[in-house]
Amino acid sequence: MISKSTISEQKLVSNELERKTRKKSGLKRKHYMWCYLFLAPQIILYLTFTLWPIIGSYYFAFFNWNGIGWPTEIVGWENFVEVLKDSYFWNAFKNSFVYTFFLVIIVVPTSLIVALILNSPKLYGAAFFRTLFFLPVVLTMSIVGIIMQNMFAFEGGFMNEILLSMNIIDDPINWLGGPNLAMTSVVIVGVWKGFGIKVIYWLAGLQTLPKDIYEAAKIDGANLIQQFVYITVPLLIPFLIVITFFQTVWAFNVFDLVKTFTNGGPLFGTDMVPLYIYRYAFEMDGGLPRMGFASAAGIVYGMATMVITLILGALVRKYGKNRY
Amino acid sequence: MKRRKLIRFLFHFVFLVLTLAWVYPLIWTVSSSLKTNREMFSGSVKLFPDKFEWSFLLPSNWGQLEEILQFDNYSRAWYIANFSQYFINTLLFTFAVVIIVITLCALTGYVLGRYDFPGKFLIMGAIIATMFIPAGYTIIPLWQLINALGLGKSMAGLVLAEAGGTHVLYILLFTAFFSRIPKELEEASQIDGAGFVRTFFTIMLPLAKPVIATTFILQFINSWNSFFVPLVFTIHRPDLRTLGVGMYSFVEDNSSDLAAMAAGATISFIPIVVIFLIFQKYFVDGIAGSVKG
Repeated sequence: MISKSTISEQKLVSNELERKTRKKSGLKRKHYMWCYLFLAPQIILYLTFTLWPIIGSYYFAFFNWNGIGWPTEIVGWENFVEVLKDSYFWNAFKNSFVYTFFLVIIVVPTSLIVALILNSPKLYGAAFFRTLFFLPVVLTMSIVGIIMQNMFAFEGGFMNEILLSMNIIDDPINWLGGPNLAMTSVVIVGVWKGFGIKVIYWLAGLQTLPKDIYEAAKIDGANLIQQFVYITVPLLIPFLIVITFFQTVWAFNVFDLVKTFTNGGPLFGTDMVPLYIYRYAFEMDGGLPRMGFASAAGIVYGMATMVITLILGALVRKYGKNRY
Repeated sequence: MKRRKLIRFLFHFVFLVLTLAWVYPLIWTVSSSLKTNREMFSGSVKLFPDKFEWSFLLPSNWGQLEEILQFDNYSRAWYIANFSQYFINTLLFTFAVVIIVITLCALTGYVLGRYDFPGKFLIMGAIIATMFIPAGYTIIPLWQLINALGLGKSMAGLVLAEAGGTHVLYILLFTAFFSRIPKELEEASQIDGAGFVRTFFTIMLPLAKPVIATTFILQFINSWNSFFVPLVFTIHRPDLRTLGVGMYSFVEDNSSDLAAMAAGATISFIPIVVIFLIFQKYFVDGIAGSVKG
C-alpha cells in the first residue's frame, strides 16, 4: 500500500517537475530577451565610451594629428621616440614618481594611526572626529588648489603664520617660490586631501578583526604593543596592500591639484605627466594641438605605471585569497 | 586613577585642536568670504573681520551684521563673476550624470545578479577587464567621439563624456545586492501576474534603496567635483563651465579679488558638504565596501 502510493506520488512529482521545467524554459527564452534589453544601454556605452577610448588611445599615438577631423598622417613610432627623448617628459615622469612615493609612505601609516585612535572605545565623539578628518575628501580638488595658494602664501599664509607663531621657523618660507619647496607643498596638500578616505578604509579593516583573538592574547599576557605587532598588523596586511594600491593609482593620476595649485611650476618643479600630456593635447599656446604626441606620451606613462599597479594588483589577489 | 582621567582629557583636547587645524582651510574660506579684500591682504589668519565683536551675534544686533560681514562678496561672485551660471550648470551636470549612472548600473546589476543567459560571463568579464587593461590618454578618443556625434559644444556632450563608460564598482554593488534577494519574492510577484519589467520596477528596485543611495552619494560627489572632463569639454563654451572650472578661470582673470574667490568657493562647497553630511552613512558604507570586496 505504502509503496504504491509513494510511487504514484513520485510520478506526480516528476510530472509536476517536468511541467515546471518546460514552462520555465519558455519563460527563460522570454527572459533572455528582457535580459539583453536591460543590458543594451550598458553594452552600447561600453563599446563606445569604454572600449573605443582604450583602443583609440593606442591608435592615435601613431599619427601626427592636430585633433581636427580624422587623423590621416601616419608617422609610425616617431611620437614615441620623441616622447622618450624629451627631457621635459622625464622631468614630469620623475616628479610623478616622487609625488606618488611620498604620498604613499606618508599617508598609509599615518592614516592607520588615526584609524586606530578613532576605533578606540576610549575616544569620545569618534563620529565627529571622523567627519572632520573626512571633510577635505569631498571638497572640489580644483578649488582646494586655489585656496591652498593662499594657505601657502609667502606673506600672511596659514602655513607660515602657524609655523612662525610656534617658533618652528624664524623667517617665513617661500613655499611656492622654488621647485623643491613647491613639491613639498603639493605633497602636503595631496596628503591632506586624500587622507580621510584611507582612514575609512583602515576603519573598515579594523572592524573585520575578530575580538576573541585579542581576548585570548590578553589572557596570555600580551600587552597592547605586542597585540598590535603580532595580531593587528598581520591581519591587516591585505588591507595594507589594497590601500597602498588605491593611493598609488590616485597619486599617479594627479591632475586637478597641480593644475590649479602650481600649474607645474616653478621651473617645471611640480610638472607631472598628466599635466604634461594635457598641455600638448589641449593647451598649445600659439601652436596647434599635438593629439598624436599626447597619446603616445599617455601610453608610455600608462605602461610604466601599469608595471607598478600590476605588482600591487598581484599582491592584492594573492593576499585577498588568504584573507582571515 | 585621577591622573589617567587627566591624560585622557588632555589627549581629547590635543586631538580636537589637531582636527580643527585639519579643517582650517575650510574655516578660512568661509571667514574670508565675509571680509573685505583689504583685510585679507593684511594678515589673513584672523578668523573674524576686524570690526567684529561677539555681541553682534545677539539677535537684537543682527541688523548691524550686514555692515560688518561683507555679504557683498557673495553678490559679486554670484552676479558679476558668473557663479550663478556655474552653479546651475554644475547642478544640471551632476544630476544628469547621477541619474544616468544609477539607471545604467541598476539595470545591468539586476540582470547580472539574478539571471542566467548566454553570454553572461563574456559581459561580466568584459566589464571587469576594463579595470586591468592599461589605457593611454583616453580623453582624446572620447573628445573625438563626442565631437563626431555633434555634441562637442553642448551640455549633453559634457554629461555623456562623464556618465558614459563602465562604472565597475556600482555594477558590482548592484549585482551583489540583487543576487542576495530570495527567489520566492520573484515567484510570488510572477504568481500575481507581474512580468519581468514590472517585477523589476515595483519590487526589486525599491528594495535596492541602500545601493541606490550609495551610488547616488558617491557619484554625486564625484561629478560635482569633476574638473578634468568639464575643463576639456568647455574650452570653447565658457557658458557651460561648472563651478570647479569656473573658479579656475575666475582666479586666472581676477587674481586680486580674493574675497569674491572665497565667496565662490564657499558657494561651491556648501552643497557638497551638506549632501555628504546627510548621506554620510551610505558614503562610508560604499567606500568601505570597495576595500572589503
